[in-house]
Parts: sequence; structure tokens; C-alpha cells
Amino acid sequence: MTTHSPTLIWLLLGVTAAGTWLFRLSFIALLGRISVIPDLAMRILKLIPAAVLAAILAPSLTHASGAFDLGSDRFIAGLIAAVVAWRTKNVLATIGVGMGLLWTLQALA
Amino acid sequence: MQHSPDRRGPFVTGLLDLGPILVGVFPFGLIAGIAAVDAGLGSVQAYATSPIVFAGAAQLAMMDLIARDAAPVVIVATALVINARFVMYSAALAPAFRELGPIRKAYGAFVITDQSFAVSVVRFDRIDEPLADRFAYFMGASLGLWGTWQISSLTGVVLGAELPAEWSLDFAIPLVFMALLFPAIKDRGTTIAAITAAIAAVALVSLPLNLGLLVAAGIGLTAGAIWGRG
Repeated sequence: MTTHSPTLIWLLLGVTAAGTWLFRLSFIALLGRISVIPDLAMRILKLIPAAVLAAILAPSLTHASGAFDLGSDRFIAGLIAAVVAWRTKNVLATIGVGMGLLWTLQALA
Repeated sequence: MQHSPDRRGPFVTGLLDLGPILVGVFPFGLIAGIAAVDAGLGSVQAYATSPIVFAGAAQLAMMDLIARDAAPVVIVATALVINARFVMYSAALAPAFRELGPIRKAYGAFVITDQSFAVSVVRFDRIDEPLADRFAYFMGASLGLWGTWQISSLTGVVLGAELPAEWSLDFAIPLVFMALLFPAIKDRGTTIAAITAAIAAVALVSLPLNLGLLVAAGIGLTAGAIWGRG
């Protein structure tokens, strides 16, 4: 649970919403003045989802309880769910297998 | 139907083309709603996130960071880095929407998503149709996703308050990120970026203000850009 104030959270949501809309609008609005994204910028943009998602994901599995632990229920369930995500690329199957395994491991503990 | 002057033709086609994708979007939206409530947002705020930000991965990352009381600048920066990919989609769609009026450009851009972008560029590449039909197709796909996102995240917000903590539903957040990550790993560059960023994020987990995430993403991007060619 956050201790950030509701006013601050509105501000965070507002700034993020405005920034996101400007990203979406960028080239659609500017075409005619700027027509191509520089090659290097394009290469980096293409890498962003893979890099950012991996950076968010990894510590939530390796540091599930706050400290580094590769034997936690969440790490084990997450590792197997990762194989499902990789092979099926299916959101429902990944959530189903991951949550099912976590509940099983927690029940066995 | 594809060459019909009737606007409903391409709009409905866009909506239908996105249909199968919506099945996967629903649980994602549900988790986004639950995560917002779990992070400590009031129901109005938790719900309002979806229509105004309208970007699933960024919303989930924000809620994850808000719940941990991360620094405000880090929360916004993380969400915006995740959403920087929309610049790429905007550039790819811009030629097709060049002649559109400014108001349509403004609201059309607002509803761009990974999914509606993907089906639209494929369609525009394959079929040469009038601007009005292109826009109608794009809006059909985009509004289908928008509506599904609102309904599913609202359901999540309503359910979120009722679900017991023992269910560990917060674990669904990394699971959703996983299901988004693997399709994003497409070639050598994205593979190197993902692996490097993951290792760096684990190594830098104790950096203050949850800065580890952004620094690690930066390291992954650099590695992918340098060694990812060819």
C-alpha cells in the first residue's frame, strides 16, 4: 500500500497520460516536417519492450521476498511459467500455470 | 465488403480482426485493475488510470512502483520509457494518416495500441483503400481494444477490493510481463537486450528509489544496440 497522497497520484497519472499521448501523436502530427526516425533511434526503440520488461520481471522472481532467493515458491513457479510463456506466447496459459503452481507450492509448504 | 463505401464495412472488419486478441487482453486488464486497488489507489483513481493512460504494461509497472512508494520521478520515467515504443508506431502509421484532419489525428493517436497498430500496418500494406476506410478500420480495431480494456480493468477494480491477500494475486503481474516479454524477443538484438537487462536489474536491485529498473533497462538497450547487429 502506497503512502503517496491522492493528489500526487493524480499528478503522476496526468503527466504519464499526457506524455504517452504525445508519444502516440508524435510522428502522426509532425509528418511533413520530420519524415524519418534516425536509424540508431529506431534500433533502440525496437529494443525497449524486451529490455524494460526483462528488467521489471527478473527481480520480482529472484527477490520475491526482498532478499535474493532462487528457492522461493515464486521463483520456481515463475521459471516454469516462463517456459509456458516462451513456448505458447499465451497470456491466459501463462497466468494459469504460474498461479496454479504458486498455489500448489504454497499449499505444500 | 472491403471495398464498400459504407463506413461500417472497414470499421467492423477492424473490430473483428482484433477479436481473437481480445481474449488475451481481458485477463491482462483484470490484473491491471486489481493491481491499482492493491497499490492503494481509491476506486475512482484506480479506474481512471485505464481511460487516460490506456497502456497496460506501463499501468502495471506504475502500480508496482506506486505500491512500493518509489520516487515520483522514477514512476513517471519508467512508464514513459515503456511507452516510448509508441513513437515507433506513430512513425509507421503517419504516412497512412497524413491527410487526416487534426482532430481525428488527435483522438486516433490517443487509442494506438500494440495490437491495433499491428493489425493496421498489415492491412494498409496489403490493401490500398481510401483514407476514410483506413481510418475506420484502425478505429474499429482500436476502439474494440479500448472498450475491452475499460470493461476488464473496471471489473478488476471492483473485484480487487474483495479478493483476499492469501490468493497472492500480485504474482499475476510478473506473469503478465512474462507473457508480453517473450513475443518481444524476436532477434539477436532483443535477446541480448533482455538477458543483459534482466541480469543488471537483479544486480542493481538495491539501488535507491527503485532506480535499478531504469538503469538496468538502459544497460540492456546499450548492449542490444552494440552487439545486436547482424
